[in-house]
Amino acid sequence: MLIRRFAAGALLAAATLAFSAAAGAKELTVGLASEPTSIDPHYHNLTPNNSLARHIFNPLIRMDANQGLVPGLATSWTAVDDLTWEFKLREGVTWHDGSPFTADDVVFTFERAPNVPNSPSSFGIYIKGKTVEKIDDHTVHIKTEAPTPLMPNDVSTFSIVSKKHGEGASTEDYNAGAAAIGTGAYRFVEWVPGDRVVLERNEDFWGDQPEWSRITIKPIQSDPARLAALLAGDVDFIEGVPTTDIATLERNEDITLSQGISNRVIYLHLDHFRDDSPFVTANGGGDIVNPLRDVRVRQAISKAINRDAIVERVMEGVAIPAGQLLPEGFFGVSPNLEPMAYDPEGAKTLLAEAGVPDGFELTIHGPNDRYINDAQIAEAIAQMLTRVGIKTTVETMPRSVYFRRASRGGPDGSPEFSFILVGWGAGTGEASSPLKSLIHTYDADRGYGASNRGRYSNPEADALIEEALATIDDAKRQDLLAEATEVAINDGAIIPLHYQVNTWAGREGIAYNARTDEYTLFTEVYSVE
Amino acid sequence: MSVFIIRRLMQSLVVVFVMSLLVFFGVNVVGDPVDMLINPEMSQADIEATIRALGLDRPVHEQYWHFLTNALAGDLGKSFIFGEPALKLILQRMPATLELAFVSLLMSVVIGLPLGVYAGLNPESRVSRTIMAGSILGFSLPTFWVGLMLIMIFAVVLGWLPSTGRGDTVQVLGVSVSFLTFNGLSHLLLPAFNLALTNISLVIRLSRAGTREVVHQDYVKFARAKGLSSNRIVFVHVMKNIMIPVVTVLGLEFGGLIAFSVVTETIFAWPGMGKLLIDSVQNLDRPVIVAYLLIIVLFFIVINLVVDLLYSLLDPRVRLQDVKA
Repeated sequence: MLIRRFAAGALLAAATLAFSAAAGAKELTVGLASEPTSIDPHYHNLTPNNSLARHIFNPLIRMDANQGLVPGLATSWTAVDDLTWEFKLREGVTWHDGSPFTADDVVFTFERAPNVPNSPSSFGIYIKGKTVEKIDDHTVHIKTEAPTPLMPNDVSTFSIVSKKHGEGASTEDYNAGAAAIGTGAYRFVEWVPGDRVVLERNEDFWGDQPEWSRITIKPIQSDPARLAALLAGDVDFIEGVPTTDIATLERNEDITLSQGISNRVIYLHLDHFRDDSPFVTANGGGDIVNPLRDVRVRQAISKAINRDAIVERVMEGVAIPAGQLLPEGFFGVSPNLEPMAYDPEGAKTLLAEAGVPDGFELTIHGPNDRYINDAQIAEAIAQMLTRVGIKTTVETMPRSVYFRRASRGGPDGSPEFSFILVGWGAGTGEASSPLKSLIHTYDADRGYGASNRGRYSNPEADALIEEALATIDDAKRQDLLAEATEVAINDGAIIPLHYQVNTWAGREGIAYNARTDEYTLFTEVYSVE
Repeated sequence: MSVFIIRRLMQSLVVVFVMSLLVFFGVNVVGDPVDMLINPEMSQADIEATIRALGLDRPVHEQYWHFLTNALAGDLGKSFIFGEPALKLILQRMPATLELAFVSLLMSVVIGLPLGVYAGLNPESRVSRTIMAGSILGFSLPTFWVGLMLIMIFAVVLGWLPSTGRGDTVQVLGVSVSFLTFNGLSHLLLPAFNLALTNISLVIRLSRAGTREVVHQDYVKFARAKGLSSNRIVFVHVMKNIMIPVVTVLGLEFGGLIAFSVVTETIFAWPGMGKLLIDSVQNLDRPVIVAYLLIIVLFFIVINLVVDLLYSLLDPRVRLQDVKA
């Protein structure tokens, strides 16, 4: 059985029904592809950690399966003025030890989260510039230095912890369980590193009771081993099903597959800033003025790529061709952008117009252990470009080597490569995330363009992005983001390839309400009898 | 003898120091852990702050000096990923790996020795030829493939044994072990066999060769002439003499079992040190890699020293002395 959920809402109704039927003692054992590095929800801003924290703790605002914002520990939030937001907190919520949840816990969380010792990547990026003020036990005001329209998205990213248990508690105290007291649907039972995490249903949870009374999470990193564990019945549910096995599993009566589009776009970044680009040469290896700086060449590359073929052949049908930075349905996407149609003749014409009728030589660099089938995608693109005259060679490497070189491997910390395959997942679930990091001019002092590895720079797009990031009004901001996206994509700032589709698999009758943020939340695993 | 031991310990110190240099500079050449740690949405200033917090903005020799002075005080550094002391992470996972290594060592002897001796006593029989052909397969098939096949056959198709993880454990003297529960034992069987396969083949070949050599020795002929039962000849006179090479080789292999059961632990999601090592290599968790390799060097030094000492006890002809020039 195969359950696909590419558009918003399709299976939501069924899922909600399943939740309300929950009760009784049902255990679930799951195999996850990666293990959390800590139980401390503020230690490491990393998908497996955040995903686990969502069970034990709650943020003020929760993200639903499509990263839409829904009330969490806050019941409502409004911008009082440009610099102040008012959050009404949920009443009657208790921590796992029975003590009540109040505004003090929120104030404490804002102090703790950015300051966890040894944190490799903290939640400070979402808290910076915000000061929280307790008005009464169930109201807080968050003040900012500049208008912050992304306030609700920012506060949805981190968990609220208990002041009583969190004060003076170290990351080790959370790992051991003493401080891992949350408000979430599950209580923390134990963590045996490398072996299992055990959670138990919190019968006093303030929201809907989840279906499973006890959950055992096993980290099984190897793809075939994880799948074998599912087939053998050692686990009931797994994430990260390899695309090569999907066709076989679809025919298996005992297995239910759940699929959903993710917020991750796979794209190509090109060298926009060097006339003498290190991995671009004339035919035969001579010097050439970097043709990638010509918009016609960038469009030719986009036209030369057969996205449907990549999706069908390389991704085994499990991906969606992309025409912009985020799939439709997300906040701030443009209704006017379609995936570029495959047109090799048009590509050759454009190359001729740009003065390189016979093409040139190019190397595409990509990771080989980061995105689904990443190395094969790079190979397919190299073949397609070679067919229109751009002789492309492929070089892939492990992500631990790749990202440093792609970001700052060149002289003076500049990007080393000329033409790269990368992916971007919008953590905030709206278009300002990729626009700010990938499209905006690289500006270390103001924190823009941190992942702009092609050093694309377009004053028009910059102005639109900055205006959007200062506009509180949702409708107006949405239009600005869409317009910025159109300007950038039409100018070939990046070349979008496809949106990843993630696959989860359960034993017969166990399905998942697939999420765009790639989290695996057991509150949304349900049986479909 | 005590001079020998002291001299060996001094040599070991030099080995550990050279190894720490090699490993530390080696892991510092590859990639950059910062990109494994940061969230992509971080700004340039946040990334810089992370680099400084991890001490990665310093030159390598300064980082090494920092590491060395801490290491002498018993602190091998904190994991970048887990934020906990590297030594603690390794020791936490050591019992699982030791258990796996011991059980697989036991399997190598219990399965390998009888098969090898049988093949040595009846070299021409069809069964012996099958055993020897099997041992070649055991040598040459890659561990990860055999592991997956074992899972497919015994867990997925037959459903006899669990495919993954460690199962129930009980505390014995503060160490968690799984071989004392039925559930734990069933989890242990497949990974231990997978790990043991190469060594089983090794023991088969060694004991067959040994047996074939020993059965033609005068003392075996004499024992036969004396009218001893063939059981006594095989189990006492033959066995005793073929054990010396077997014990030597297994002693050396044991270090390898502990240090590099990486593939087996990954396939079977066994929560041991090998899995920690491979995860750390993938995520460039440098402090853990360095600490792990140093501990393994110590392990090998100790094992080799113990083997040498045992030798002198077992075989009176061996004297531990300094070779004078």
